Amino acid sequence: MSNALELTDVSKRYGPRWALARLTLQLREGASLLLTGHNGSGKTTLLRILATAFRPTTGLVRLFGRDAVAERESLRPRIGLLGHTSFLYEDLTARENCALLARLAGRSAAEARAVLDRVGLGARADQPVRTFSAGMKKRVAIARLLLKQPELALLDEPFGALDPAGIAEMEEHIRSLTSSGATVVLATHQVAHGLTLCTERLHLVEGRAAPP
Amino acid sequence: MTLSKKPPGLLHATWLLVRKDLLLEWRTRARANALFFFALATLLLFSFALGPDTTILQRAAGGTLWLAILLASVLALGESFRVEQENAALDGLRLAPADARALFLAKAVSNGVLLLLLGAGILPVLGALAGLTLAQRIVINSPVATFALTGSAAMALVLVLGCLAIAAPGTVYAAIASNARARDVLLPLLLFPLLIPALVAAAKATALALEGDPMLQFGSWLGLLASFDLIYWSLGFALFPLVVED
Repeated sequence: MSNALELTDVSKRYGPRWALARLTLQLREGASLLLTGHNGSGKTTLLRILATAFRPTTGLVRLFGRDAVAERESLRPRIGLLGHTSFLYEDLTARENCALLARLAGRSAAEARAVLDRVGLGARADQPVRTFSAGMKKRVAIARLLLKQPELALLDEPFGALDPAGIAEMEEHIRSLTSSGATVVLATHQVAHGLTLCTERLHLVEGRAAPP
Repeated sequence: MTLSKKPPGLLHATWLLVRKDLLLEWRTRARANALFFFALATLLLFSFALGPDTTILQRAAGGTLWLAILLASVLALGESFRVEQENAALDGLRLAPADARALFLAKAVSNGVLLLLLGAGILPVLGALAGLTLAQRIVINSPVATFALTGSAAMALVLVLGCLAIAAPGTVYAAIASNARARDVLLPLLLFPLLIPALVAAAKATALALEGDPMLQFGSWLGLLASFDLIYWSLGFALFPLVVED
């Protein structure tokens, strides 16, 4: 099986600070990687580089065998990112938010509705996101991710803001992603949850791979 | 694994995003109302500053109208990207993926529509303040043909082209300024110098549409304004992807 992602000597600098420092990493398609590390260790930066939202300062990133900088437009439909921020418009309803993404990703509004049912928001789908709790916004963000049916799913603190039932559902969604063949990269401080879901682990300390 | 379906083309994506922007404007229409009253207050301040002589007000009407629209546009343009910054929604669109050129076209069109509605809303107020009426007939003498427009059609043309001239560079600069700390100061500093020639053309064409055009100058000013539109929109289309990508 070929690699879903390959990083060679990847570094990212913000001003004088290196968030990632010469990181080299490979992950085969269908594998799941747990990213751990303290705040500021480079987890979010790594996920955003993999999502093609950031360019690395130096080094090479290949996703599904393609250059992630030069071919980012063609790679983006295959990648889903659940980030710290929800990517939602507060004054649109959950259905409108998901329908917009669905249409931009070449999917139908009906699929958007179905995925909102799947995350338990079918009854509140026509209410503005502004009226939602943090946990409900997280569910809409999960719906956006699932809607894309990504081949590479990048999850940054997916359990944050969720209640115990929501965490259990999130674990189920992650398992369904891996069982469908998606490659999953999961960054979380909840290591126990992460270890039950992922086959591999990368611990970051100041942007470098380190023993956990 | 389900393969991705074909994403929409440039025009379809632009339409989806324009619809989203206009829906957001409608949902938060208190913002548009505030914009209208801001432009109205600007008009009133100009009329007080110029004094009670309606002749002076009439002579300055074109400039007054476009300065009111320009000052209000700074608020509108900044606000249009504040919505995108909240929850990093613009990043979400980029990764959806939405073509960055479609993002530019949609944002510039929706900003242009908002400014056009604003201009159409404050024009009657300016007319009442200065005792203005539109010209009966405007003749455009182009190299291809000579044709006549009613004063209201001529004014509508100037409003459309003038608002589009503000919207395109305004969208690019608002996107740049949205990531800066001093965004409220940066946007007018970048935008105003660039817009001077287009605003001169718009103000002159407006004055001719209001007062009449015995020397047949309207067509030239309108042509100049249309040329600036073409330049601004072409540059915006080409440069916006560089602004929104890391």
